[in-house]
Order: sequence, then C-alpha cells, then structure tokens
Amino acid sequence: MTPAVEAKNVTRVLPGTVPVTLVREIDVAIMPGEFVAITGPSGSGKSSLLYLLGLLDRPSGGAISVHGEDTSGLSGDGLAALRLKHVGFVFQFHFLLPEFSALDNVVVPMRRLGRWTDKEARERAERLLTEVGLADQMRKRPDQMSGGQRQRVAIARSMANDPDIILADEPTGSLDQKNGHIVFEIFARLANDYRKSVITVTHDPHLAEQTHRQIHLVDGRIVDDGNGAKRTFDETALPAPPGV
Amino acid sequence: MNLKLDIALTHLKFRKRQTLVSVLGVAMGVGFFIAIASLMQGFQEDIVRRVIDNSPHITMKDEFRDAPRQPVEIAFAGGAIALRGVKPKTEIRGIRRAGQIMQALTIWQGLTVSQVLSGQGFLRYGSKERSATITGIEPDRERLVTRIDKDIVQGSLDALKTAGNGIILGRGLARRLALEMNDTVTVTSPTGVILRMKVVGISHTGVLAFDEVNAYVLLKKNQILQGKTNIVNQIRMRADDVNAARPLAAKIEARFGYRTESWDEANEGVFGVFFIQNMIMYSVTSAILIVACFGIFNIISTVIFEKTRDIAIMKSMGFAEGDIRGIFLLEGLALGALGALIGCALGLGLTYILSIIRFKAVGLVEIQQFILKWSVWHYVIASAIAMVSAVAAAYIPSRRAAKVNPVEIVRGAA
Repeated sequence: MTPAVEAKNVTRVLPGTVPVTLVREIDVAIMPGEFVAITGPSGSGKSSLLYLLGLLDRPSGGAISVHGEDTSGLSGDGLAALRLKHVGFVFQFHFLLPEFSALDNVVVPMRRLGRWTDKEARERAERLLTEVGLADQMRKRPDQMSGGQRQRVAIARSMANDPDIILADEPTGSLDQKNGHIVFEIFARLANDYRKSVITVTHDPHLAEQTHRQIHLVDGRIVDDGNGAKRTFDETALPAPPGV
Repeated sequence: MNLKLDIALTHLKFRKRQTLVSVLGVAMGVGFFIAIASLMQGFQEDIVRRVIDNSPHITMKDEFRDAPRQPVEIAFAGGAIALRGVKPKTEIRGIRRAGQIMQALTIWQGLTVSQVLSGQGFLRYGSKERSATITGIEPDRERLVTRIDKDIVQGSLDALKTAGNGIILGRGLARRLALEMNDTVTVTSPTGVILRMKVVGISHTGVLAFDEVNAYVLLKKNQILQGKTNIVNQIRMRADDVNAARPLAAKIEARFGYRTESWDEANEGVFGVFFIQNMIMYSVTSAILIVACFGIFNIISTVIFEKTRDIAIMKSMGFAEGDIRGIFLLEGLALGALGALIGCALGLGLTYILSIIRFKAVGLVEIQQFILKWSVWHYVIASAIAMVSAVAAAYIPSRRAAKVNPVEIVRGAA
C-alpha cells in the first residue's frame, strides 16, 4: 500500500550565520487510516517535521512524497495546491479568521478549492460542524466561542476539503483535559471511520497513548518510529556540551 | 461572490473608520480634480470661443513670412554671396491684386471672406485723446466673418452705411473718451487726414484688449483716412470647420504668398499660458491623489500587519501567493473605486456650487461667473487615475503579504 505521506532522508536546516538543524535524516511513512503521534522534548523538531510532512515547509535535503509522488520539484503554488486538496492543518491556537462565523471559516477552504457549489459547501460545513458537536454554534464568530469550541471549528475546517492527511500541532495545548480528550476522540474517529491519516504533535503522554503509533524525536532525529524497530540512540554522537 | 473579494471586503468592513478616512482621501482628490478640470477647461474654452468669435478664423496680411530673396541669390543659388544693408522697398503697403484673391477665395469651399483696411488713428473729443486701431470694413461681408453684429450693444452695424461719417467704438474706448451715442469725434490719421465722425454704435466683446482700442468705420472711409485708395491690407476668412483653420491657412498661404494666420497661430501666446495652467492644475490635483494614495498604502499595510496570522492560516489551507496578493490588491481597488464614486458625487456638487457663484471680475476678459465645462471625461479620467493609483499603492504591501512565510508565523505563535 502507498503511504499517504512519506519522508525520505529529510533534513531541514535553517540557514543563517549559525545554521540551525531542525530535523535530520528523517525516514518515515504514514499509511492511510493511521493515527500517529509525534512526541519528544521541546525543541526536538516535532513541529518542524509536521510542517515538512504538511508541505508547509520545504526540506533542505531529502524528499517528501504524497501518495507516492515526489513533491521536491513543485513550485510554491504547486505545494499550495496540494495542501488545498490533501492536507488539513490544526494548530495549537485555533487560528480561525476572526471576522468570519464558524460556518464561514469552514466554507472558506471549500470555496477556494471550488469542488462544491456554494450551497453544497454550506451544507457540508454544517455537517462537519455538527459532527464536532457545534450544531448550535455555527453562526457565532470565534471571539464569541470558548477555546474548546474554537479548536473544534478548526478541526471541522481542516476537514473541509476532505483531505486524506490531517496534521495537528499540539491541538490540545491550549485546552483543558476534557476538551483535549474530545479533540482526540474526533481524531481517532477520522482515522478509524474515514481512513484519514492523522498526525499530531503532542506533549501529553496520556493522549499519545490513544494513538496507533508514536514517533519519538530527540534532537531532530527519530529515535523510535513506533513500528517496533527502535533505533539505538548514540549519545556519544552528540557534540560535547560546552565547558566539559 | 468571489472568495477573494469577499475576504477583502470583510477586512475593510471591520475597519470602518480607517476605511472611511482613506476613502474620503481619494474622494477629495477625485472631487477636486473634477471641479478644477471643469473650471479650467470651461475658462479656456470660453477664451477660445471669444477669440474665435471676435477675430476671423483666418487672416491674410499684407506681409510675407520670409524676406523676399534677392535676384542675385536666385541667379547664383548656392554661391558664396553676402548682401549687406538690404532695405525693404519703399512702397504703399497692402495686398496686391486683392480683388482677384477675394474672388478666388469666395468660391473656395467652406470659406466666408471679407476684406478690410486696418490702420492707426487718433481720436480726439474735447480735451481727451486716444489712439485707436481703426478698421475699415464692408458691413455686409464683415458680419458674416467676425460676427461683429452680436457685439454691438448700442446702435447698429447698418448705421455705418446710412450715416455720412459713422464710427463704431469699442465700449472701453468710448468710456475713456467720455463719448456717447451720436457724439461727434475728431479722427486724425497718421497721414494727416482729419475727419469728424459721428458715433453710431458701441461694441462690447468682453475682451478688454479689443474693446479699449478698436474702432470700426466703412472701408471706403478708412481708405480715405489712411490715404490708400482702393487698398486693403487684410483679407479675413471664416472657416466652416474651426479646427481645420490651421491647415487651410497654410494652403492659402502657399497659393497666394501672403502671410496667412489661423486663429490658433495668431493666439499662440494665450495657448502657451493654457498649457502652463493645465500643468499647474494637474500637479495640484495629483498631489491630492498622491496624499490619498499614502492613506491607502497605510491602511493596507496596517491590515496586512494585523492580518499576518490570517495570511499564514490561508496559506496553510492552500491559498497560493497570487491569492493573497489578489485579496489585498482588491482591497486597494475597492478603496479606490469607492473613493472614486464618492469623489464623482463630490465633484458634481462642487461644480454645481461653483456654477451658482456670481461675482464681477475684470481682467483679461470681463466675467460675472465661473464658466464651467461639464464633461463625462473628467469623471472617467479622475476615477481611472484614482483606481490605478489605489491599486499601485496596494501593490507594494500586498507583495509583502504574499511572501509571508506561514511556518515562521505558526511557529512563533505556538
């Protein structure tokens, strides 16, 4: 089976006077219907990997493939078109368009894609919002909603164009435990019932355990890709801390 | 509605006050442009109309454009010839064979022709004296060429024919000499001929330069005064098509040799002033529009600054750079269009107010009110300038918006 998204030997270096390596030599494949958590300490490159898998950022080395197709040769607009069709993002903070109602926020990506008529798009948005339990909040603007509700609107929006890859960057980071669980339950349903590939970055080990598979990052490298093949992490390969 | 337009308008709707200020800036620029353009063009066209009406479209004079070539120069063309101290021949000036020329021009398609003898004269009335340009005319031909009839405010042109020694004076001239209708004025010519003439008419063109110096008598009388029996020194023409006057004049000059000027050539100085006037007007109004564009630049830069996060979201959703640029260009266009619309209304209002103002001013011409030119082109041009500059002002910040790197933004917020 072709992975929904696959990274091959991906390295991302932020250029500058002191180049910073965000992730290095990442090899990972996410299958359709998989619910994956990326875990690791702060600064280990979890979010960076997520943005690379979501085609929001470009690798400095290696390649990202979506449904087996290499994306390295694509222009910025080509990547944007792929994101529009295949990728849905959920961020730690809701990141909704503040002037638009919950419903309109979900409709916007659909209008951009243009697969549905305006009427179909509205009906679809209503269905998605109902699915995340916001049937009675659709007309509200983000500033009239609670944090948990906003995050659920963001999830509905990430689903708008029926993408096969959902990427979430600490989606529960700004939520309490109850709302965090609600969000994770929705993700599990998307993976199990709708065969979406859901990849989420999280700090919370309890939430991570609810996923099918956990990828553990340390210092920009995968030390455990959750498929049983634990890599040995060679501590001596790290540069010595200054002053020692 | 188009998604980009929808987002653009929503951004503006949520910034009502800023939007209003920038829109008003554009509106003022457009409004003033329209009002001033209407004022300037109205004024200039009025001057042109007066010039056209009060002077013939084409005038043939008793002189040549270039000094005649000397026989030796013709005989040895290209030879090393230097003639010094060549003086014009002493001769009675005037258009030779004027009768033949008149005949030829009379049958020329689209022309009305008259002949005059114009010369200087000295008018004396009691203790007052003034020199004047005395034009000897044939009333029945002249009235067809210069429309002199409609300028005569007292008396009539026909009175010249019936009165023994009749003279029509410009109103300014009559006032300076304290002359009224039926007064008798003494006219002395440079050759010393003295005639006592009766004022049978007062003409008033509204152009001061004309009214203060011009006097009209019969052609025959002026020929006597100037001592030039049967001589004319101007042939005047009215063209059916005013704008064809210039090429026509060139053709006539080429055929008959005498210097022949069209109205626009004769008044080139005035049109030079118009050019400067227009430049000033366009600089002032463009300055207003430039200020307005800074307003647009400002609001769109602010929106983009505030909306960096939204831009990052839209890009993460899959909006291309062109989409983002398009949204902010549309915001500029919307501000420009709205400003242009309000500006057109403002311009209409301003021109209306100008049109009802009454005053009395005596300068180059006498006027009692602003002469306004109403042209839909002023509105079209002003609106087009406003919209183009609004989009231009939006372009710079919108390019920056398109280049926003979503990763930096979501990373920074996380």
